[in-house]
Amino acid sequence: MLRYIGFEEARLLAISSFAYGGLLFLLSSGFSLIFGLMRIPNLMHGSFFMLGAYFGVSMLEKGLTTDALKAIPKIGGAFNFLPSFTILPPNFFLIAIISGLLVAGIGALVERYLLRRLNGQELPQVLLTLGLSFVIADLCLMIWTGDPWQPATPAELRGVVQFGTLFFPLYRVAIIGIAVVIAVALWLMVDWTRLGAMIRAGVDDPQIARVCGIKVSQLFTLVFALGAGLAAFGGVVGAPYLSVYPGLDADMLPLALIVVILGGTGSLLGALVGSFLIGLLYNFGQAMVPDLSYVILFLPMLLVLVLRPQGLFGRSIP
Amino acid sequence: MTALSVTNLCKAFGGLRVTRDVNLRVEAGERRLIIGPNGAGKTTLFNQIAGELTPDSGTIEMFGQDITKLASRKRTHLGMARTYQIITLFGRDTILRNVTLALLGLSPLRWNPVIDLEREQHLVDRAHEALASVGLSHIAERPLAQTSYGERRRVEIAMALAQSPKLLLLDEPYAGLSIDERRDVQQLLMKIPRDVTIVMIEHNMDVALEFAERITLLHFGEVIVEGTRAEVVDNPRTREVYLGE
Amino acid sequence: MSFAPAGFITVRRVALAITFALLLTLPFWVGNSYYINISSQILLYAVFALALNVLVGYGGLVSLGHAGLFAIAGYTAALLLDAGHGHFVADVAAIVVTLAASAVFAVLALRSTGIGFLMITLALGQIVWGIAYRWASLTNGDNGLKITTRPSPFGLSLNGAPAFYYTTLLVFVVALVTMILFVRSPLGASLRGTRDQPRRMNALGYNVWLIRFFAFLFSGFWTAVSGLLFIYYNQFISPPIAALQTSAETLLMVISGGTATLLGPIAGAAILVIMKNVVSSYIERWNLVLGIIFVLIITFMPEGLVPGVTRLWRKGWSTLRGRKPEPEARKTGGHGS
Repeated sequence: MLRYIGFEEARLLAISSFAYGGLLFLLSSGFSLIFGLMRIPNLMHGSFFMLGAYFGVSMLEKGLTTDALKAIPKIGGAFNFLPSFTILPPNFFLIAIISGLLVAGIGALVERYLLRRLNGQELPQVLLTLGLSFVIADLCLMIWTGDPWQPATPAELRGVVQFGTLFFPLYRVAIIGIAVVIAVALWLMVDWTRLGAMIRAGVDDPQIARVCGIKVSQLFTLVFALGAGLAAFGGVVGAPYLSVYPGLDADMLPLALIVVILGGTGSLLGALVGSFLIGLLYNFGQAMVPDLSYVILFLPMLLVLVLRPQGLFGRSIP
Repeated sequence: MTALSVTNLCKAFGGLRVTRDVNLRVEAGERRLIIGPNGAGKTTLFNQIAGELTPDSGTIEMFGQDITKLASRKRTHLGMARTYQIITLFGRDTILRNVTLALLGLSPLRWNPVIDLEREQHLVDRAHEALASVGLSHIAERPLAQTSYGERRRVEIAMALAQSPKLLLLDEPYAGLSIDERRDVQQLLMKIPRDVTIVMIEHNMDVALEFAERITLLHFGEVIVEGTRAEVVDNPRTREVYLGE
Repeated sequence: MSFAPAGFITVRRVALAITFALLLTLPFWVGNSYYINISSQILLYAVFALALNVLVGYGGLVSLGHAGLFAIAGYTAALLLDAGHGHFVADVAAIVVTLAASAVFAVLALRSTGIGFLMITLALGQIVWGIAYRWASLTNGDNGLKITTRPSPFGLSLNGAPAFYYTTLLVFVVALVTMILFVRSPLGASLRGTRDQPRRMNALGYNVWLIRFFAFLFSGFWTAVSGLLFIYYNQFISPPIAALQTSAETLLMVISGGTATLLGPIAGAAILVIMKNVVSSYIERWNLVLGIIFVLIITFMPEGLVPGVTRLWRKGWSTLRGRKPEPEARKTGGHGS
């Protein structure tokens, strides 16, 4: 059952692992912040990832032109008055950011108009996100069909990059770079800005934060939208690598769950370390014990649950 | 015989030392009052005695048996019962069911998955007795959600008494009661037979003075004064830290 | 309940007797084997939902991993039958293996309650799905496993729809009776106590963890039995059975019908199975419908259908008799916490 691997393969697996870990960080950092602040695991987080990826591939396919808007089924007619022109050049990262913003908007709506209704009732909130994840999964199946979509790697990031005598696929290195940039940006935001201070206060004690004049409910909307946007951005960035298919949401959600249980809820550092750990385990596991690779992913989580229930970097399970 | 003996008990939450080297000896049958201003560490001390918090160091003995490391539920089986300052009852059930649960907790029947609990007449009878002793038998069947605050305080006491404890810990049994209700509870506590040792917490000194034989004054987690009612009341340090004179 | 109008109880008894008579004669008045099979489906899912309700309703522990246990029972039986063992061996082994898995689930998940419990059970269920889907050399992966025969206890063949229906009905009735006994029993009362006031229960002398553990095993047992009914009904099992969606569907049966009632999960199973069959025959979008119902029920009718209808029924009954409706018990928040 165990397959041995050579150095060359291990090197490639390592770089894939970190790239995969980077994607997982984009997914799970938001999940972790939402969990830390709102005390609920957002079970539609995988849906945000998938939805972002689908938005991304559609925009890459059709371009951001007014004609593409008109071609949208049912509601496209509303754009018929527009002349034909290109709104934005089809730049991969621009599209990733736009997807992120769109899904962030959807996330904000979900928080503001659905989750808010169940304020303080954590269990119903979780079940609500679970129900919505089914709705989104089926809508995506309806719109984008059951076939997988795999956008081309952006032209400028094809090929390999050389470090010393070693060659690495450029795009995977780029994903790692993006993840590091986002991680630093999030860390700066949480640790050094006023918004970050409010988030930290909210994570520590929502009631006290409220008493101190922080509008916790607005903060919830903001963080929920931020998490949704980050996941969607990760979905687009990951699309050339993972492709987009029905069930991507259900594949990603448990990974976010594992990462956050592993790293500790509400901890960005925990999400980062957990992501890379799971990235390594996923890639090496698939190469070495393909039958059990998926099960192996859960082992560190189970170990942590038994030995350190608050997670590697967490303070305590809420 | 010493009912409860606490030796060199210490507990800290982070840097905050909430129990500082506390020593306490309560003789069997005694009525002990533990007083102290808010934040003196009374409930923390209680939670350690009851086993809901683990002390950092020190020992707790009950009737000569070391119970420092014993789970809370096992202390109950040894004859300890407690009430809560914040009422902790089964809000979806009737008063009778609340007291029945207290009785069931000590009965081996509690593991039985097939018999009908409502037909266990001896449990039901004893629950009625306990309710009669606190003057609530006339509303035994009432859902707890439809009872008043004062009635719930008495249900708390009925549940503790139903377990026929040897050592009864009362955490602010007068909290939130009107003057009339306090007098009722006071009379109720006075009627408890002498084979029950009682330790009571109260931060409001005058309501419980009448009841107490010996008083321990706690301040910032430390025992400041201990003695008979008169000794403690007359002690200048009591006036200083507690009565604010 | 002691504060229900006396007439209500009699009415309920009569209704129960009629329902039971209808269930017993169902194959005769339904006729069509398609509908008999749907009835079997309802009953087997009702057993599954009742099992989940032990934890969700009475224990206050929301599991999203029960599909894993359900699938373990089905897969174990299918694998053993495939290996040439008899039905008796396969069924007993399936129950034993599922109970063992339940014990593992319980030990890990009961380190936590509430959201933590939900997350851990979700992850554990996902592991089972991962084994079913990826460990192809054992489970045949995506293609699933087929079984060729149904058991024939005492020489009675269960191949026909009516015969299988009666088997399912028998199992359902036994499950229901054990549930009724459990709910009224001291252990059942203790479990509800740990749901409402775990700290108090501990102080009263109860072993809260062990009570929950037993409840998990009890739930696991009936989950295993329903999983066996499932594999014999379909004669096929594949990874989606172990997926989160199955857990979510069953949870929806429990909460749509009303948790912590015995009628609720049964009604929920009936509603969902019927809807799934009706919706699937018109459009492909079952997941969409499932998700929307989920959202609607959680947002607008959190109490579930059965308590909601019961409340209306009581109100109607009292009005009919010219009495004022009983004052409703206030929500549980009436006491300090």
